[in-house]
Amino acid sequence: MKSLSIYIHIPFCVRKCLYCDFLSFPVCENDIHRNSRRGCESYVNQPDTDGGSSYVNSNNTDADERMLGYVDSLCREISGWAPAYKEYHVLSIFFGGGTPTLLPKGAVSRIMTVIRESYRLADDIEITIEMNPETAEPDKLKEYITCGINRLSIGLQSADDDELRRIGRIHDYRTFLRAYQLAREAGFRNINIDLMAALPGQSVESYRHTLERAAALKPEHISAYSLILEEGTPMYERRQEFLFPTEDEDRDMYELTGEYLAACGYHRYEISNYARSVVSDADPAAGCGSAACASYNDPEPYECRHNKVYWQRGNYVGFGPGASSMVENVRWTNPSDMEQYRLYAGRAGAQSAAGAETPGHLPGPADAALSVQRLTVREQMEEVMFLGLRMMRGVDTERFEREFGQTVDSVYGEVIERLCAQGLLVREAAIPAGAGAFRPPGGMRLRLTKRGIDISNYVMAQFLFDETEG
Amino acid sequence: MAAIDQSKIRNFCIVAHIDHGKSTLADRIIEKTGLLTSREMQAQVLDNMELERERGITIKAQTVRIVYKAKDGNEYIFNLIDTPGHVDFNYEVSRALAACDGAILIVDAAQGIEAQTLANVYLALDHDLEVFPVINKIDLPSAEPERVKNEIEDVIGIEAQDAPLISAKNGTGIEEVLEAVVKKIPAPGGSPDNPLQALIFDSVYDSYKGVIVFCRIMEGRVSKGTPIRMMATGATAEVVEVGYFGPGQFIPCEGLSAGMVGYLTASIKNVKDTTVGDTVTNAVHPCAEPLPGYKKVNSMVYCGMYPADGAKYPDLRDALEKLKLNDASLNYEPETSIALGFGFRCGFLGLLHLEIIQERLEREYNLDLVTTAPGVIYKVHKTDGETVELTNPSNLPEASQIAYMEEPVVSAEIMVTTEFIGPIMQLCQERRGRYISTEYIEASRALIKYELPLNEIIYDFFDALKSRSRGYASFDYELKGYEQSKLVKLDILINHEEVDALSFIVHADSAYERGRRMCEKLKDEIPRHLFEIPIQAAVGGRIIARETVKAMRKDVLAKCYGGDITRKKKLLEKQKEGKKRMRQVGNVEIPQSAFMSVLKLDDK
Repeated sequence: MKSLSIYIHIPFCVRKCLYCDFLSFPVCENDIHRNSRRGCESYVNQPDTDGGSSYVNSNNTDADERMLGYVDSLCREISGWAPAYKEYHVLSIFFGGGTPTLLPKGAVSRIMTVIRESYRLADDIEITIEMNPETAEPDKLKEYITCGINRLSIGLQSADDDELRRIGRIHDYRTFLRAYQLAREAGFRNINIDLMAALPGQSVESYRHTLERAAALKPEHISAYSLILEEGTPMYERRQEFLFPTEDEDRDMYELTGEYLAACGYHRYEISNYARSVVSDADPAAGCGSAACASYNDPEPYECRHNKVYWQRGNYVGFGPGASSMVENVRWTNPSDMEQYRLYAGRAGAQSAAGAETPGHLPGPADAALSVQRLTVREQMEEVMFLGLRMMRGVDTERFEREFGQTVDSVYGEVIERLCAQGLLVREAAIPAGAGAFRPPGGMRLRLTKRGIDISNYVMAQFLFDETEG
Repeated sequence: MAAIDQSKIRNFCIVAHIDHGKSTLADRIIEKTGLLTSREMQAQVLDNMELERERGITIKAQTVRIVYKAKDGNEYIFNLIDTPGHVDFNYEVSRALAACDGAILIVDAAQGIEAQTLANVYLALDHDLEVFPVINKIDLPSAEPERVKNEIEDVIGIEAQDAPLISAKNGTGIEEVLEAVVKKIPAPGGSPDNPLQALIFDSVYDSYKGVIVFCRIMEGRVSKGTPIRMMATGATAEVVEVGYFGPGQFIPCEGLSAGMVGYLTASIKNVKDTTVGDTVTNAVHPCAEPLPGYKKVNSMVYCGMYPADGAKYPDLRDALEKLKLNDASLNYEPETSIALGFGFRCGFLGLLHLEIIQERLEREYNLDLVTTAPGVIYKVHKTDGETVELTNPSNLPEASQIAYMEEPVVSAEIMVTTEFIGPIMQLCQERRGRYISTEYIEASRALIKYELPLNEIIYDFFDALKSRSRGYASFDYELKGYEQSKLVKLDILINHEEVDALSFIVHADSAYERGRRMCEKLKDEIPRHLFEIPIQAAVGGRIIARETVKAMRKDVLAKCYGGDITRKKKLLEKQKEGKKRMRQVGNVEIPQSAFMSVLKLDDK
């Protein structure tokens, strides 16, 4: 049976962060213009004196209706495509955004129900939902656990309130702490904390402080990306107003992340992702036995399975506007315009209602609203390299050969040679001597060196073919 | 067609400073005489090229024949010759003027007389043209027509009290201008019975007809079948077609005779044979001598032009060939640069001419170009007595073989309001200028004369002039001759390798300053590499300035959104594409923009 991962996009945020160029709409925009900010702020979880939540959404019927309407479309799309994936086992699901936890109560369970009804889920499935601290609420967290979500990804970004304010985040560290505690209390045993480095006004010292605070909470996973100024974002437009750390400071922060987290028992498995290592069976977290722990066969259960699917080019299908999919070497992207998406989802749903099945095993992205790309063998090779190199384990050269019938050296020999000579790439046996016997024997792997990681863009670009060659 | 009464012909042009409304007035005249409705007119009919319209300047002379029914009841034939409006094209301007009998002088009612106005008026008066003034832009709130009238009388010494006050933009006063043309501009002289004597004032290449020669018939007549000879180039041909200029089109006719302006074609394959200023005569019954004023035009400014993509070299060659068909003043010959590969050393009349050719190559021929720093022609006198004309700094002989060098010097006239005399004189001094004189035109304005080395004004002198006078100064120059000068070749070394395309000749006293600025600029332009890159400036092997591009520490992509790999790949592709647009010198990749950025060292 083939495997599949599912991405669900929830394109709503309370407010858009200054640096964000993801597809997301501030839910309160209209309310702000029509009434006042009050309607918007009521979405934000305000901790009150007794530590409980004063989440009020009675003022937000408009926004709620908009979101529920969106969930309708989403459910249509999800069930519409189901027949095409009846041969697939779903290994992971990821609710990303936007802010998925902004959805009204019951909406996430409803989506999960639709998925369960129409897709075959693996026993040890990993299901993640992204949450921004200001939206944490015990009832919702309980709802997520109940419907099978076993991994929570919380966007802390920084433990320094000034830094948070500067990048347009609406939470502070205290709000985050509360959200984290609520999540643990609700029963989440696999939590990721998202951090950002190279923020305006951030120093290496203040970043170290953020790292310390995050690691002290012992989350199962930490991801730490450098802020990249993207064109078209408010931060880009106003870039003169910000004091960004230098390139050297950025790299110092990156090095610090690896060193500090390693000392705390995390290993870097992807350029910007760190998982708590399972050192022995005695590890209390590893032995939890709950659904939160991924497969028993997985030696590193806290590495995010869903993300690894992207880097290792597993099949995944994305639902929601602007969502990307890749199944059997066909990539496509959903329409990102909300209205276009609604119409498209309607067509997808009708397809299922009519019992129509697209020919073959592909979902048959024949809909004109989708932008579809069938990857050529050369494009597949490029992806294997530039995606695979993001993983610290690197690219499995034997797998490359099995997949394409040619050795990686016959295709990229010259590039590899040069990059190795430059100290950016290293070729080594996949399994270092003395590693656990339960791991399958591997062949050779190509991975980035420390220097290669710093300039990964440069290295990865070397694996693209010139158009004239292809 | 009824015979045209020579006394009812008016051949004239419009002279003005750039931006004073020359092309707009030409358009109004055409519109008013009913040739085109305003709807049919694309703004500024006479400026044909997209580039001309965009820059608001006329690059090639344009000519149009229109019929005007005057208040005296007669119909007049107007030949309006629109002249190029830039100092680079002074010779073309002079030939176009020679084809006219009179000129309308437009002066901006707010700006008054400018250096270029003066230069053009003197040029017109030199050609014995009847000049009458028109005050334009009277609709502007800052218009001061009375002051400008007095200025015209004081400075130029022509009667201006009854000058038509017009707004070409709004179409006000155009009728008055047309009447003045009839009354003030004389009918052309010459006799149709004399041997043919026609002045070439422009020519264009047409892929069907061959070269189309624009000419003014001074004496005699020409029609289909006339055997002709160009007196300077000696080319001979038989006329295939003659005609006159409708707006935007050629209208064939029976014949052209003395006093008329029109065109002829004769299956001529190259504009080289029909150079501007040459005299066309009857090959069988030639005139006694050619018209005066013919001059071979020489390129003043040279630079290397290279295709950004080396594979496009043949395309560049073809494009230059085609442009050359239409532009006798463009010169080029193949050259090779270690840094830039195969390209051409091209010669131009001036920097504007260079920019225009460059833009046309890029737009009309879709070429991506890298150009090297423009330079002038130096005369290198060698110890063995030989003199070399140097257009490419890389060809400079060994220092031991050089006795001395000479550089071209121009006589420049700068018109400026008195408050800016100080800053402008300072600028000229910085550019090694030799002060000649200051003449006060009126209480608030002066004409400053300087002799300046040409290589000091070809880069950014005009920009500097504008910025130091808040846009008020205007500038005109002509080549004076060659003078001995202390010149050196400045070389740029990147990662210890000399980049030939960045070398240039500079006066010894400014070498250090220029070298330092070059290094600073290049430091910003050259991206960080995997290793550290020293950038050095050297004169005769001695390093005079240095900067360092530090090794790259970081090059990473942002977080990816829900598996949007396509976007990631696009970013990588963009990076790789960027690399391709770089030039490899040794281990270093130099972006194309680096070669261009050093042309403008004066900004910031």
